[in-house]
Amino acid sequence: MAEMRTLHVFRGDQSGGEEVAYEVPVESGMVVLDAVHQIQATQAPDLAVRWNCKAARCGSCSAEVNGHPRLMCKTRLDAIEGEIHVRPMKAFPVIRDLVTDVSWNYEKAKQIEPFAPKEPAPFTMYQRDVERSQQFRKCIECFLCQDVCHVLREHSAKEQYFGPRFMIKIAELEMHPMDGADRVPFTSHQAGVGMCNITKCCQEVCPEHIHLTDDAIIPLKERVADREWDPIRALFRKPAVR
Amino acid sequence: MAQPAGVLAPAPGRKKWEWPWWVSPVGTVSALGLFSIYSVWETLTHSSGQYHNYLSPFFSPDVRSIGIQFLPAIWVVWAPLLFRATCYYYRKAYYRSFFADPLTCARPERPGRSYTGETRLPFVLNNLHRFFFYVTVVVMAFLWYDAVRAFIFPSGFGIGVGSLLMLLNVILLSIYTFSCHAFRHLVGGSLDCFSCARGPILRYSLWKTVSKWNQDHATWAWLSMFSVWGTDLYIRLLISGVLHDVRLF
Ligand code: SF4
Ligand code: SF4
Ligand code: FES
Ligand code: FES
Repeated sequence: MAEMRTLHVFRGDQSGGEEVAYEVPVESGMVVLDAVHQIQATQAPDLAVRWNCKAARCGSCSAEVNGHPRLMCKTRLDAIEGEIHVRPMKAFPVIRDLVTDVSWNYEKAKQIEPFAPKEPAPFTMYQRDVERSQQFRKCIECFLCQDVCHVLREHSAKEQYFGPRFMIKIAELEMHPMDGADRVPFTSHQAGVGMCNITKCCQEVCPEHIHLTDDAIIPLKERVADREWDPIRALFRKPAVR
Repeated sequence: MAQPAGVLAPAPGRKKWEWPWWVSPVGTVSALGLFSIYSVWETLTHSSGQYHNYLSPFFSPDVRSIGIQFLPAIWVVWAPLLFRATCYYYRKAYYRSFFADPLTCARPERPGRSYTGETRLPFVLNNLHRFFFYVTVVVMAFLWYDAVRAFIFPSGFGIGVGSLLMLLNVILLSIYTFSCHAFRHLVGGSLDCFSCARGPILRYSLWKTVSKWNQDHATWAWLSMFSVWGTDLYIRLLISGVLHDVRLF
């Protein structure tokens, strides 16, 4: 007979809710999303869950498994000891059950100045110049980094900080060899890079293993420091930047 | 059952073993706390770090040679200490371990605490990290000079335990210093286009090399801190006569 495991899944909405226990027969190699689907198919057809690819590509199935922000389709049951608790992401308002409203992220994305080519395409670019931006383009917008970032999660500072996902977006554009826009003042003020205290939780949870803190946020902080904290550079700077 | 590529999991039946979450903050607080107390004691209670041809890293460059006798360590030690205090890695370590901001990822923090990150005093001053980098590079030159001198005894070239410790220390300190994020930015990180800069290949390869060292910056930070500590303690024990230097050659 198949081994049974208990999943405690959050059921509820903005007005409140609680975890409900479900017994699930476990097959080898099963991931949390399989178990949630199993519950949906056999015990709770109204259980709300967002998913799409089941291949860790679409970034839809973000949730918290035993308090850790994870993709449900990338978290195997046999990697979890003891009880299994599945809850929606904490940093975003819950719509229902495991589905959260992540629209705040899309609002922030719209505020970032898009790619502004220095000259009309097509242009020649070398691998060494696009390498850094390529890493950031692996992002699947699962928003797990936003969820784990304590600035957004614990301090609810969504007005002051765009969060790590958008720091890599800004870095991707700023480090693009053919981009002519200057987003450094924006990064410092509206996007609030100073709110990040480089404690690297975003980097720890990213399912795409993007080095958010080391390769995007710290380099952006250094670019801000060039402008705002380095009078020696200021002396030599041309009046019009770039 | 269909499996997504690269599922994060150990082989079935084997659970991934992790340290309990509190080990890292307790270890960090103990090590950084003890090192800070030791540094204050060493700096404020000693008037020399010289034992024959060995000079403690706390006392280098030796300001007594230009006539400053009052607490000679304090005139130099501020630079490397502030370099460490503003280092991106140590910032992470103390924000997490000393300020619980956050203690560990996705763990609830104490509610109702105001948080301003690095936008207000005193932490906004961490943006000055690059200045302490510049000064520390100068100090590094003196430390290399001291390390060479540690092999030159009155009788000529020789190797003592102290010489080896000082050499190891300056190597670890150099890797730590030159794997710094500010240096990584300086050598190439600030560029949007390596190919458009003067010396594109040089800038790119420098940036690549520093980036590679930078991946282990935390390890270099700890190793070099312990090597400074160990070297200074060894020389202090030689000065006080508790230990005698062992000559290997
Ligand atoms: S490193 Fe910065 S952005 Fe990333 S989780 Fe920590 S505070 Fe948030
Ligand atoms: S950076 Fe990583 S964690 Fe953040 S949204 Fe993109 S893929 Fe998800
Ligand atoms: S379902 Fe697409 S990432 Fe999990
Ligand atoms: S010394 Fe650690 S980042 Fe500069």
